[in-house]
Parts: sequence; structure tokens; C-alpha cells
Amino acid sequence: MSAVADRYAEFQALGTEVISMSVDSQFVHKVWNDVELSKMIEAGGVPFHMGSDGGGAIGTAYGVYNAAMGVDVRGRFLIDPDGVIQAMEVLTPPVGRNVDETLRQIQAFQHVRKTGGGEVTPSGWTPGGKVLKPGPDLVGNVWREWSPKDVYGKK
Amino acid sequence: MSEGKAGCTVPAAEVEGAGASAAPIEEVKKEVVRMGVTVGMKAPDFTAPAFYKGGFTTVKLSQFAGKWVALCFYPGDFTFV
Repeated sequence: MSAVADRYAEFQALGTEVISMSVDSQFVHKVWNDVELSKMIEAGGVPFHMGSDGGGAIGTAYGVYNAAMGVDVRGRFLIDPDGVIQAMEVLTPPVGRNVDETLRQIQAFQHVRKTGGGEVTPSGWTPGGKVLKPGPDLVGNVWREWSPKDVYGKK
Repeated sequence: MSEGKAGCTVPAAEVEGAGASAAPIEEVKKEVVRMGVTVGMKAPDFTAPAFYKGGFTTVKLSQFAGKWVALCFYPGDFTFV
């Protein structure tokens, strides 16, 4: 949460809004922001809406509410300008997300959308990286166009 | 969205089209309630009480229609990760 808040400017630069959501009340959000998060975030506080999902109705709708624990587990959804879910990632509570990967996925989905699906982004794609153009000629020929080594150094 | 008053009456979070509370219990039981979403589906719209820039308000997903949205659920305030 604090990592997303600290890098909010990068989300904004991609025309992306952030909403956080937990079962805590908005009053608890305020106190957490004031006493702790504001000390971890360069901008001095959480710059986006911290939503309150008391009862878990919203988490239930998204399939991330754990009734036994009474909390929304760590679920991240990327929603496009048409309101369609393009990506989702759900983690159990002890492991945090990677903001770099979230930003990378937004950039990749935006590239695909901009090209009307004419260009798709292979594994590990980052802006400026090799894209693929799906079509009959590419079937069985991806190996000619792209290799994992293009992106991932062999370790 | 509208500025909320910091009173003791907390507005409940709402999911669009999920008016289950109005339906009799027996009816709800018969319904197949699909929980969860997947990629390619329309994101369920919702309205939730929110803390935003020092004040109390509400946030509605569809108020950001036309923009990309990263919706991040997390287990709770004051948790460690």
C-alpha cells in the first residue's frame, strides 16, 4: 500500500487512477495515514481514495473476501477505460506486491490497446521492447522473432 | 464524490446490482450467487466510504470510467506488508 502510494505519480503519468480497499473504516484509514503512512510516502500521505469495505461486500464481488478471516486478501485488479478487468493478481497476506510489475503490466496493456491488438507483448516486455504481430505467418515461427534471452539474461 | 460528515452513522459499502438485502432469505438461498470475477469481465461497480486527502467522502469505481484503474485490496490497516 505505502509503495503504491509512494509511486502514485508514476500511475498518474500513465493516466491510471488508484483505489485501495480494505474492510477497515475510513476513520481507521485516516489514523493509519496520519500516524504511519504519511511518514513512509514522499508526498506526505496517501494521495488516492482509501475505500472502506466493511462487511466485505465489495471483496466478495471480486472474489477476494475471506469470510473466516473477515478480511479482503491481497488482490490487485487492472481495469481498462471501458471498465473491463484486464489483469488480476491475488496473494495471501504475508507476501507483498511488486509495484514495478503492476506498472509494467499497465504499460503493456496500454500498448496492446493502442495498437488495437495488432501488437502483443511477449513475456517480460517493457516499453521499447520487441513486440509480436499475431497472424498466420507467425504460427510456429515465434522462435524466429523472439527468444527468452531477449529479455531474461541466462543465469 | 460528496463530502461526508464524520458522524457515527457509517454509510455502508454498496455493490451495484447486488440488492440482496432487499430479497427474502429463502429467495437468496435459491439463487446461484457467483462470487468472484475473472479477466475479460466487466468490473463490478461499487460505492464505498473513503478517506481521501484529509477528508471523508465516497468513492465509486465508475467515476473513473475512461481511465485505467488499479484497484488494490489489502488485508488491513496497520498490517505489516
